Amino acid sequence: MTELIAQRTGAPISELDRGRPEAAPGRGRRRGRGPGQSPWWALLFIGPTAAGLLAFYLWPTVRTFLMSFTESGPFGGSEFVGIDNYVRLFQDPELIGALRNTAVYTVIALIGIPVAVAIAALLNTAGLRGRGVYRTLYFIPVVTMPAAIALVWRMIYNGDYGVLNEVLGVFGIDGKSWLTDPNTALAAIAVVGIWAGLGTNIVIFLAGLQGIPDTVIEAADLDGAGPVRKFFSITIPLLSPSIFFVSVISVIGALQVFDLIYMMLGQSNPAMPNTRTIVYLFYEAGFLDNEQGYAAAIAFLLLIIILVLTVVQFRLQKKWVHYE
Amino acid sequence: MLRSAIARRGAAALAVAATAALAMSACSSSGSSGGGGEDVTITYGIWDENQQPAMEDIAAAFTAEHPNVTVDIQLTPYKEYFTKLQTSVSGGAAPDVFWMNGPNFQLYASNGVIAPLDDQGIETADYPQGLIDLYTFDGKLYGAPKDFDTVALWYNKELFDAAGVAYPEAGWTWEDLKAAAAKLTDPAKGQFGIAASQYGQENFYNSIAQSGGEVISADGAQTGYDTPEALEGIELWTDLIAAGASPTAQQMTDTNPEDFFLSGKVAMFQNGSWAAVAYADNADIAEKVDVAPLPAGEDGNQSVIHGIGNVANAKSDNLDIAKQFAAFASSEQAAEIQAETGTVIPAFTGTQQAWVDALPQYDLQVYIDALETAVAYPISKNTSAWTSIESEVLSQVWAGSVSPKDGLQQLAEQMQAALDAESE
Repeated sequence: MTELIAQRTGAPISELDRGRPEAAPGRGRRRGRGPGQSPWWALLFIGPTAAGLLAFYLWPTVRTFLMSFTESGPFGGSEFVGIDNYVRLFQDPELIGALRNTAVYTVIALIGIPVAVAIAALLNTAGLRGRGVYRTLYFIPVVTMPAAIALVWRMIYNGDYGVLNEVLGVFGIDGKSWLTDPNTALAAIAVVGIWAGLGTNIVIFLAGLQGIPDTVIEAADLDGAGPVRKFFSITIPLLSPSIFFVSVISVIGALQVFDLIYMMLGQSNPAMPNTRTIVYLFYEAGFLDNEQGYAAAIAFLLLIIILVLTVVQFRLQKKWVHYE
Repeated sequence: MLRSAIARRGAAALAVAATAALAMSACSSSGSSGGGGEDVTITYGIWDENQQPAMEDIAAAFTAEHPNVTVDIQLTPYKEYFTKLQTSVSGGAAPDVFWMNGPNFQLYASNGVIAPLDDQGIETADYPQGLIDLYTFDGKLYGAPKDFDTVALWYNKELFDAAGVAYPEAGWTWEDLKAAAAKLTDPAKGQFGIAASQYGQENFYNSIAQSGGEVISADGAQTGYDTPEALEGIELWTDLIAAGASPTAQQMTDTNPEDFFLSGKVAMFQNGSWAAVAYADNADIAEKVDVAPLPAGEDGNQSVIHGIGNVANAKSDNLDIAKQFAAFASSEQAAEIQAETGTVIPAFTGTQQAWVDALPQYDLQVYIDALETAVAYPISKNTSAWTSIESEVLSQVWAGSVSPKDGLQQLAEQMQAALDAESE
């Protein structure tokens, strides 16, 4: 299983690797095609995936973009309105709140990365017994239905009968209604988001940890480095490609948070102004208010935000991501 | 620009696809076939699985009268029903006949999606006026009323007996309700008099009518939230919460308000006629509860009335047959088939007794009596555009972070803006 995971997660990491500056694009391309190999073969292999991407990702993207300049009727048919939707979007008082809430959620969700690194490092300790059991336990939330997760956590957070407040009560702490208090609702949901995503990240980090050559660790041992020093000076830098990958994916995932909010809070929750994210705003416009054109504009704004943040992350990686 | 595959797939694919594909998922299904005097199959879209057997019986009865017509029932769970319907209408694949509800009705009627039924010989006098009003648009009847629900006051006899309070009865006023709620509240036991939940149909739509106000004007053009009557109707509930006679809004968001009633933590709960079957089947409370008319405000004890309408798809290949079936599925014969199953109250006047008799342990006649003063469920051309504002603003009022007066002013302004946008 470990090998399988290493293979699977190894692929994207090595793709990242190819993105490093010294691999000039021109040289890379020539390397890929040896003499006597017809380019048509490559097309044959890429074709099905490319067709899928075009039909199900690129085409809807183009359509959404076009749609964002229209005012669409509820049953199809639309009218071109230029940039009206965008003008309206930037004047929408709810946009600021949604941007703020999304940003806060993303920042909290990123706490999941050091947590996952720490757990993966502990699981990677030599001689640990029952590693498979722990790994399975951490992975269970990933394969659990989001609806079931939302339901169970709603009960845990319940102000009157929730387990969380029962436990806090033992320590004499007076709990609150976590999901309806505007000050705690977003954080409470972010905790569930972190918990639900922990398993995937741990598996990716474990694969990364197992890819660190023993020779490097041994060399550090010989130099007299202690466990803490080894962790921060050897493990973390060598794990940085995995950390980078996970942070890119985590930011994108966090910016798109919707399902947990939809299922755990619901429309008439008093904490909604403090938890409404961009995708929730999109949902309200497109599905509650029947304004698909406006919703498309919101979706496009989110795309731009994600693109910008991802480009920034790729620029910044030069400063901290080490490729062996 | 972006060099690695991850960036491309990550950013573009995950981001846009997830959001955009959400908005665009289309579905297609076969509509109808055949024509002329030949064999014809029409489709009938419904959302309630419990009612499917009755709908099948009605379809069979229609086939008995029209041997060349087969009615194919398409069940879609309510949560997806209107999303799917909207997309299938755009794609030209909507059912020939389908269930409609109040909030969505005018959207479909005003966009020419459904066909008027006024040439089908439907006698409006056979149905409650509130339902005829609900399904009339621009002076034409588009929906044949299938069933209805009104609201009444359920109470837990055991809790009333324990507190020595007389049961609710006809002629009760808001003051009686408040006084009883106070007496039935016992913080030591975690017990409340009533669940003053932020529900429109069950609670504040009724109380606004009872104090002489309205949520929306009859033509659906003006908000009614900027009136002192509406304020009274809202304050009935927020006062009950403030007095401690109801769980707080936070508690009722965390825990379904009805669960307080079902677990004996709340003594009174206003609920629609659909609750009767559910309560009778619930061993925990079946024996302990009964139902009474709503308490009266200054203007009476009105209940809002809502019901499903059978509508015909204007783009149906077999429009004539579709219209005939829509009318038939709401006819006296169909109503009697529904009444026997006891799940809903049929709309056709005179067929409701079977529903009342089905559960003799409860005073279900109060739901039928409520018809006399019932007011139509508030709707407009794009109902959901302002109900989302309504639930959002009122959630702050219910939570106590905005006063009812300020909240309603805010709600009235935003709702009026949404209504003005509709009529553009």
